Amino acid sequence: MEYTVSPLGDESVVIQLSESISVETQTHIGAIAVYLDNHPISGMVEYIPAYTTIAIFYNAVDVLAENHSDGTNAFDIVQREIEKMVSRLPKNPETESNVIEIPVCYGGEFGPDLEVVARHNNLSEQEVIDTHANGDYMVYMIGFAPGFPFIGGMSEKIATPRKDSPRLQIPAGSVGIAGSQTGVYPIETPGGWQLIGRTPIKLFRPDEEVPILLKSGDSIRFFPISEQAYHNWGAGSHEY
Amino acid sequence: MSINVIKPGLLTTVQDLGRHGYQKYGVIVSGAMDSDSCRLANLLVDNEKDAAVLEMTISGPTIEFQEDTLIAICGADMSAEIDGHPFQMNKAVWVKKASVLQFKSVQSGCRTYMAVAGGVDVPRVMDSYSTYLRAGIGGFKGRALQKDDVLPVGSPSNYAGILMKQMHTEADAGHFREMDWGVSMNSLPDYREGAIIRTIPGRQAEWFTEKSRELFLSEPFTVSTKSDRMGYRLNGPELSLQNQQDLLSEAVAFGTIQVPPDGNPIVLMADRQTTGGYPKIGQVITADLPAMAQLKPGEKIYFKEIKHSEAQTLLVENEKQFEQLKISINLKKEQEGNA
Repeated sequence: MEYTVSPLGDESVVIQLSESISVETQTHIGAIAVYLDNHPISGMVEYIPAYTTIAIFYNAVDVLAENHSDGTNAFDIVQREIEKMVSRLPKNPETESNVIEIPVCYGGEFGPDLEVVARHNNLSEQEVIDTHANGDYMVYMIGFAPGFPFIGGMSEKIATPRKDSPRLQIPAGSVGIAGSQTGVYPIETPGGWQLIGRTPIKLFRPDEEVPILLKSGDSIRFFPISEQAYHNWGAGSHEY
Repeated sequence: MSINVIKPGLLTTVQDLGRHGYQKYGVIVSGAMDSDSCRLANLLVDNEKDAAVLEMTISGPTIEFQEDTLIAICGADMSAEIDGHPFQMNKAVWVKKASVLQFKSVQSGCRTYMAVAGGVDVPRVMDSYSTYLRAGIGGFKGRALQKDDVLPVGSPSNYAGILMKQMHTEADAGHFREMDWGVSMNSLPDYREGAIIRTIPGRQAEWFTEKSRELFLSEPFTVSTKSDRMGYRLNGPELSLQNQQDLLSEAVAFGTIQVPPDGNPIVLMADRQTTGGYPKIGQVITADLPAMAQLKPGEKIYFKEIKHSEAQTLLVENEKQFEQLKISINLKKEQEGNA
């Protein structure tokens, strides 16, 4: 595995594995995350995985104390620990990938931009729904908002540019398209994505130990549900 | 014990030193913008360093204490008064039951911190008391304080309890009593216009034109009115890239200076998102984040680049100074305990 290490701030570093998005890079980043969960490097506060990078945040004073160093070379120590970590990573990491099915009520008041997406791509609204719901998707990273998945794998047939001016409030659960990406908004936030539907399931669960539904590496499938099913979701047997 | 909010002020929130360990889930850190003032206030009233405090912004609240209590005010000077009488910041102050504490607008700086002995007693969400405004979680009901809110306060430490008894007696019939010692002003930062904020190069600094990098480190930048706990938008010379290239979203940090296509830099602050896709020209050093957090819209700053190793030396020294302060305060406590 090739990588570079460079400072982000004076208490954080970025390990970069590649210049471009790939399943292989994603798998290696996932392996580093699992390793750090089990063997945090000294003074580590937390880590943030992304498309081709994983950042490690550390407390410089703790790094020095844990290594009985009276110098100020916390970065050097962290760099050495990263080398040690990389040498111990599995050569061919296995990924723990779940398949998560996300029900979506497409169109209507939940998907006010379905028509925009259809018109932009010369499709009928039903064709947009079918294309979106028949794709195989993968979560490449979590960021922007709690539990917000950056998802790859959407068909270019329904790619649509963002709105010229972002909406001030997008309701939680909204499913949208921005360029050739699709995503789901876990919390109410401003945003410029074209909204095509809404899911009744919660992607952000602040009271649970792992507060989010989706993890990077997960596979996703969307499936259409009726407005009635949307409103009854959680009340019946469909509780996730 | 509880605190009644009579007037909420411009933006008053419950904060601590931040929600760490959840950024991998996309959950932001939040926490006090000026962590030095936050932990100093807690130290003065003998709270744990991560106890919940109130962070006030530009124009402070008016509050009433339902019981006798011990407080400390640190950070920006908002001319605080107890029942109309001014008192000193940066020391523990005993306040009599039913007294009204009023803050005005800031003289210098932007944010003021109030610690109460025992800490503001709100539920911990994901290991932190900090308010995450956008997600509506943490702090007091996940939001900024409003008129008529009643904030519960925890139990003071044993030492704070002893102090309160002593100071109650000394206060005689007065409504408050200042501790006879505090932290001297010359050991505290001075918040001023034209401050020099030190930086280290950002991960994409090389992407910018030589001219932009030169302007970034020589020309003044003004804090725009569109600045908040999430980020400070700056106005100054336009910064541009050598080639238009896209950055894949990656982690950002407190103090990251990113430049969107309009060329105006944004300094990411306590409520920043976990990742960002704009190129990073620089990074404010940890030791200068409290000074950055005390800037108000309209104020000018200059950036000065230093070496990464120097930034680490400065932050370690800063921590050592705080440890020293803690030791001298503990010595005072022992002396008082023996008196």
